Amino acid sequence: MKEGTSISVSKLTKRFGHFTAVDAISFDVKEGEIFGFLGANGAGKTTAMRMLCGLSMPTSGEATVAGYDLYKQSEKIKKSIGYMSQKFSLYEDLTIKENNRFYGGIYGLSDKQINEKTEFMLHHLHLEDQANTLVKELPLGWKQKLSFSVSMIHDPKIVFLDEPTGGVDPLTRREFWTMIYEAAHRGTTVFVTTHYMDEAEYCDRVSIMVDGKIEALDTPSALTRQFKVQGMADVFVQLARKAKRSDN
Amino acid sequence: MRTLRILLEKEFRQIFRNPAILRLIFMMPSIQLIVLPLAADYEVKNIKIAVVDQDHSSYSRQLVNKISASKYFDLASYTSSYNEALEEVEKDRADVVLQIPANFEKDIVRHDESNLFMALNAINGVKANLGGVYLRSIINDFNNEIRLDWIQMPRFNPQPMIQVSSINWFNPMLNYQYFMVPGILVILVTMVGSFLSALNIVREKEVGTIEQINVTPIRKHQFILGKLIPFWVLGIVVLTIGMILARLFYGIVPDGSLLTIYLFAVIYLLSVLGLGLLISTYTETQQQAMLISFFMMMIFILLGGLYTSIDSMPAWAQTFTKFNPVSYFIEVMRMVVLKGSTLYDIRYHLLIVAAFGVFLNTWAVINYRKRT
Repeated sequence: MKEGTSISVSKLTKRFGHFTAVDAISFDVKEGEIFGFLGANGAGKTTAMRMLCGLSMPTSGEATVAGYDLYKQSEKIKKSIGYMSQKFSLYEDLTIKENNRFYGGIYGLSDKQINEKTEFMLHHLHLEDQANTLVKELPLGWKQKLSFSVSMIHDPKIVFLDEPTGGVDPLTRREFWTMIYEAAHRGTTVFVTTHYMDEAEYCDRVSIMVDGKIEALDTPSALTRQFKVQGMADVFVQLARKAKRSDN
Repeated sequence: MRTLRILLEKEFRQIFRNPAILRLIFMMPSIQLIVLPLAADYEVKNIKIAVVDQDHSSYSRQLVNKISASKYFDLASYTSSYNEALEEVEKDRADVVLQIPANFEKDIVRHDESNLFMALNAINGVKANLGGVYLRSIINDFNNEIRLDWIQMPRFNPQPMIQVSSINWFNPMLNYQYFMVPGILVILVTMVGSFLSALNIVREKEVGTIEQINVTPIRKHQFILGKLIPFWVLGIVVLTIGMILARLFYGIVPDGSLLTIYLFAVIYLLSVLGLGLLISTYTETQQQAMLISFFMMMIFILLGGLYTSIDSMPAWAQTFTKFNPVSYFIEVMRMVVLKGSTLYDIRYHLLIVAAFGVFLNTWAVINYRKRT
């Protein structure tokens, strides 16, 4: 693996029976990069991301994540990555503090580290008053920002975000992207899927998946030039129109 | 160790924040132990009897009086037509028909013998069976009385006669509750343990938090232990509540040592929780987990020897009970509570149940996959 490469994927494939969800995709993600992973519903984004997080076993292909082999060192990978799934996945019946303590604890942080992290996070998100509020009582936008912060609690090298801003209002989305930029600025690689094309423009590089394959991969400006269109939305529509398989 | 502590902290917080679980833990033992043994009783009482008296003699009336005086029978009708009595049975107003034929008294006096006819409504097999037995013994009694009445008994019986006197060991008064309550206690501990543990991991699957757990470097056995220990504790709490209620309401104090019961319960819970966890690793929704564990518990309990004696089951069912942890605990509970059995007496039970526990939990750990 080259120096400065965070994720390296080669011909990664996942089949469910006769259905090939992810079809031999290959790409590299650089360290500290914000990598946008686009595609229509059912294109295979989540499956690909789940394989990289060690949640799903690839059918074939190779990949290294944070310098570790996806097959042999998946537990080491897990120490180096954060993951925010599409489904909200903090414990709703625990408070913000308790969620932090739990996730920080299983990543092996000390009590002191957890307390520092929690204080920093609460301050940063302006949630100081809500430290002992049950998570289920928070509005969705806050929950998503909180989720992102918790997935970063152990300072991972890479963070995977699966549609982190789905259903969130525009203001919160902007705040969310500020958080993403801050993370990238601290050197964290951000691997993010989204359906919002304005968000795609924020990424350093973007890949577009169609029917399990990566059809385009470059910087947003290079892609718009290549497809001779105005913005990422047009690039996406041109590519997604070729898709043969629909949602599910 | 720290990871485990963190996991346990979280589980206990969630349990104490869930009013349904807390209610279940306190209400279930109370209701089951206080209500069930009083209502679910093997003794058959209030058998409705229809007497067809075609004799109308003093003997027939004496017999009818004797029957209706017993606490087991209620006189439902008293007629002289067999068909009328049968109608009572058809309308479910009578369980047993006793026909006293004409010349009943005359035959006894003249020929030293007479016949009675008994018809049983066998829709409720237990009631019919026991009713028949009770009725026979009342008639026997009656028979002896009249013999004593008018035969001058010889000093020695002309025919050899065997008199049986018996004693009921370990439960001298044949107190039905002494027999049932320890068994019900086992069922309680089993249900609380298996249902709660089966539902728990599945709930994390449903909510989606399991994904977040699986993406952490947590070890599989740590995760399973973190799920197991809280329900272990809850199971012991339920057992303790049950033991206290058994003492308060039924005066049941174990003959053997409490330590033996608790030691066995701890090992036993391991196997029951293992089963619950195993179910939850195979299912995707709480509904599936609930249905499967309900189905298994049904079989385990019905073939566990609580309601029916294992010794009278067919051979295949007896073989099955060898693989049924519930039957071991029910047996141990009865042995220790009634007979005062010691740890040494139940060592094989303990070993077998421990083996189940190790087997089921290992299976659960193996089947719980962080990566699918």
